Order: sequence, then C-alpha cells, then structure tokens
Amino acid sequence: MKRWRGLILPALLLAAAEIAGRAAGPSDTIAPPSAVAVALAAALADGSMVTATRDTLLSAFAGLTIGAAVGMALGVLFGAVRAIDRLMELGVELMRPIPSVAVLPIALVALGFGYPLEIVIVSFACLWPLLVLSRAAVRGVEPRLIEVARALRLSPWARVVKIVVPAALPRIFVAFRLAAGISLVVAVTVEIAVNPMGLGYAIMTAGQALRPDVMLAYLLWIGVVGFALNTLLIAAQYRLFGRAARHAEEP
Amino acid sequence: MISALWRLASLAVVGLAIVVWREIAAFKLVPPVFLPAPDRAFNALVTGLTRGDLALKLGGTIEHMLAGWLLASAVGVVLGGLIGSSPTARVYAAPTLEFLRPLPASAVIPVAIALFGFSTGMALGVIGFGAVWPMLLATMHGFVSVEPRLKEVGRALGLSPFAAAMKIALPSAAPDILAGLRLGLTVALILAVVCEMIAGLDGLGQWVLLAARAYRSTDLFAGVILLGAIGVVANGLLSIVETRALRWRVAHR
Repeated sequence: MKRWRGLILPALLLAAAEIAGRAAGPSDTIAPPSAVAVALAAALADGSMVTATRDTLLSAFAGLTIGAAVGMALGVLFGAVRAIDRLMELGVELMRPIPSVAVLPIALVALGFGYPLEIVIVSFACLWPLLVLSRAAVRGVEPRLIEVARALRLSPWARVVKIVVPAALPRIFVAFRLAAGISLVVAVTVEIAVNPMGLGYAIMTAGQALRPDVMLAYLLWIGVVGFALNTLLIAAQYRLFGRAARHAEEP
Repeated sequence: MISALWRLASLAVVGLAIVVWREIAAFKLVPPVFLPAPDRAFNALVTGLTRGDLALKLGGTIEHMLAGWLLASAVGVVLGGLIGSSPTARVYAAPTLEFLRPLPASAVIPVAIALFGFSTGMALGVIGFGAVWPMLLATMHGFVSVEPRLKEVGRALGLSPFAAAMKIALPSAAPDILAGLRLGLTVALILAVVCEMIAGLDGLGQWVLLAARAYRSTDLFAGVILLGAIGVVANGLLSIVETRALRWRVAHR
C-alpha cells in the first residue's frame, strides 16, 4: 500500500508534463512523456543506446577499479602507518579538493579523446573517497583486535592482511559504493563536456539536433542506469556484510 | 609542538614534490606541452591575474558557484525540512527522491540548454539542481532523526509546528545541514566549471578548456591551480564555520 502512494507523485508529474507538452504543440525544446517513451523504445531497439551505455559503463568501471585500488592501498597504508599519514597530510589536503573536472583539460592535452581520458579522470575522482574512508576505517579497527595480533606475534604484513583489512572491509565497501556512484557521474560529465562517446555525448548530440524526445529519453535512461547501479550495490553490501554494513553506515 | 613539527615535515614533502616536478620539467622527461615548469606556471598565474583577464574568470566561477549553491541551499533546506517533518510527505516523495538522487546532475545540462540557452540562467539551473540533493537529503535526515524526547518537550510547551521546526528540529539538524552544505559546495564548483566549459560562460572552466585546445600549458596549469585553490579555500572556510557553529553541541556532551 505504501509503495503505491510513492508512485502518485511521479504519475501526477508525468500527467502534467503530458498535458502541457500536448497543449504547447510541437516544440524544439521539450517533448511530452509519450513521445519520450517512443524515442526510448526506438533508441533501445536500434542498439545506439546499448552501445552508448556499454561505452560509459566500461570507462566508469575501469576508472573505478583503478581509482579504488590505488585509493584503498594508500588509505590502508596511511591508516596503518601514522608517520606516513602525517607526512602526506598537507599534500592530501591540497589535492583532494581539486575538482575532478579541473584535471580534464590536462588529461585532454596529454591523452586526446577516448577511453583513456575518461578512465584517468574517473580514477582521480574515485581515489579520494576510498583513500579518506579506508584510512578512517583502518584507524577505527577495534584496538583489542590489534592486541590479539600482537599477542599472536603476527608480522606487520600479516597483521594488516589478516586482521586490519578484514575488520575494516565493511566500511571500505561503503566507500566503494560511494565511489561507484561518483564514477558514473564523472564518466557522464566528461562525455558531456568533451569526450565524444557514451551516454553523455548521446544526450548532448540529441539536444543539439533539436530532438527533445531523444534527449529526454537519454536523460531518463541515465537515471535508470544510475538507480540500478545504486540498488545493486546496496543489495550487494547487505548480502556480503549483513549487519556489519549497517554499523559501517554510521560515521 | 610535536604536531607543528609534523605539519612542517608535511610541508617539506609538498615542497619536495614541487622540486621533483621542476626537475622533471627541466630535464624534459615529460614534454613541456603537457607539463610546464612550476615557476613558468606560477608566472602565467601572476601575469594572468595582474594583466590578463584571469581575475575576471576567477570571479565568474566563484559567482556561478556561490549563486547556484545559495539557491540550492535555500531550496534544499526548506524542502528537506518540510519533507523531513511530515511522515506523510515522506511516503509520497521518498521514491521520487530515491530515483532522482543518483542521476548525474551534468546530464540535465542539455535539457537546461534547451530551456534557457547558453546563459547564466542555464548554469544556475544546473548547479541548483545538482547541489540541491546533498542539502535536501541531509536536512531531511536531520529532521527525521530529532531526539523523540525533544519533540515531546515541544508538544508539552504547546509550540506551533513552525516554532517547533525553527526551535527544535533546525538546531538539532544543524550538523547534518552543515555537512550537506559542504558537499553541495563541492558539487556546485564542479558543475560551475562544466557549465562554463560547455556554454563558454566567463569563468575558469572556459579558460582552462581554451588553454588546453591551444596547447598553452602554462595558462592551463595557472587555471587548474586557481580551481584547486577555490576548492581548498571553500572547504577550509566551511570547516571553520562548522566547528564554530557546532561548538555548543560539544560543550553539551
């Protein structure tokens, strides 16, 4: 029953858009939802949307993998070794707030258009949340576990691999989930700004070609992809970590 | 004392990184088109600010960012407060919000261009749309998780719903709202730069993209340094505001 009521608002908005769109007549800027639905079906059927989705997700995931791996490695290192953390503190504070799109022109000059450009920028954007949150996760590991490791006379490497990382993993996964959301956002942004490929470029060209129905269809599709990715990752988190993940959400 | 020493050591590491950058540039390990020497980038920054129109672009970016951020903050706090204080509103609005939240804000840029053209209004709309989510969700969360006993106190005092929201829910949601403000500002800066790149609005986004297209790497780095500086300064200012505004909470614990 509750779920039904949640659908009332979108349904009303859609109906209003349909009426307004029909009343205004044919337009170069906006299209009624029925036309958008037709355009969406057409773009899915002729494969153009599928190709664009593949390109975007491919670069987003590649960038996410690289950025998350580097970020996590650095985060665990900084979290485990206080001296390194303190030495790098200022550098991280200065680098982290640089907006990812600011790196875009530099990468553009060095790499040109294509997958590498997008992957580099996505990795840059995904690195920071992983670094900061896995550093905090490692530091927040239950001190008694560290004492156990010491009592067992584990080597520093074994201590990190066998005790610290498994204990910090639920929180690191939350960071990974955040970064996955960021990776899609950044990939689409790079495509909209400069890179001629993927969903961002498709929505941009549809707008320039004065095809509002196609443009809004892509917007809706990007929304669906983002929503699906988010839902999938939340499901994975509860599947993998269960109750531990719920604790990890609390800062 | 010890922490000041660590801070100094940390500064030395940054200095060392700049020296490495200079040596790489000096020996042309990376072509100067991609990586100019730090002193040349710094010179371009100074000349751009004093003689060129880099100061103008810097002002443009800050203006877009702040205007969109303020708009988003006002809308986000009001809407978040309304939705957060009414369970009925949450039932109706939550699924829509859940769907819109992960939507990349930059994806609405073409739609905004179709509606507003290549104008400052377009940038404001996009930044406002993108930056409203962190604010809205944080405020909503803050209003939902008000301590139940405080709500009871409000009821016992016979406060009107508006007075209860202003006197009880808003202060207790302050940490969430401030966190939302910080996140929103980061989003606003990114979107301001993207809008400037696409629509050619006066700002650093346009500056760095033009410099990149013309292979003027010193100007490009000058612009990127300024963008980083905006991010660092904005973040720093908001954390100062955060600690000051929340001092009373710490005192209570």
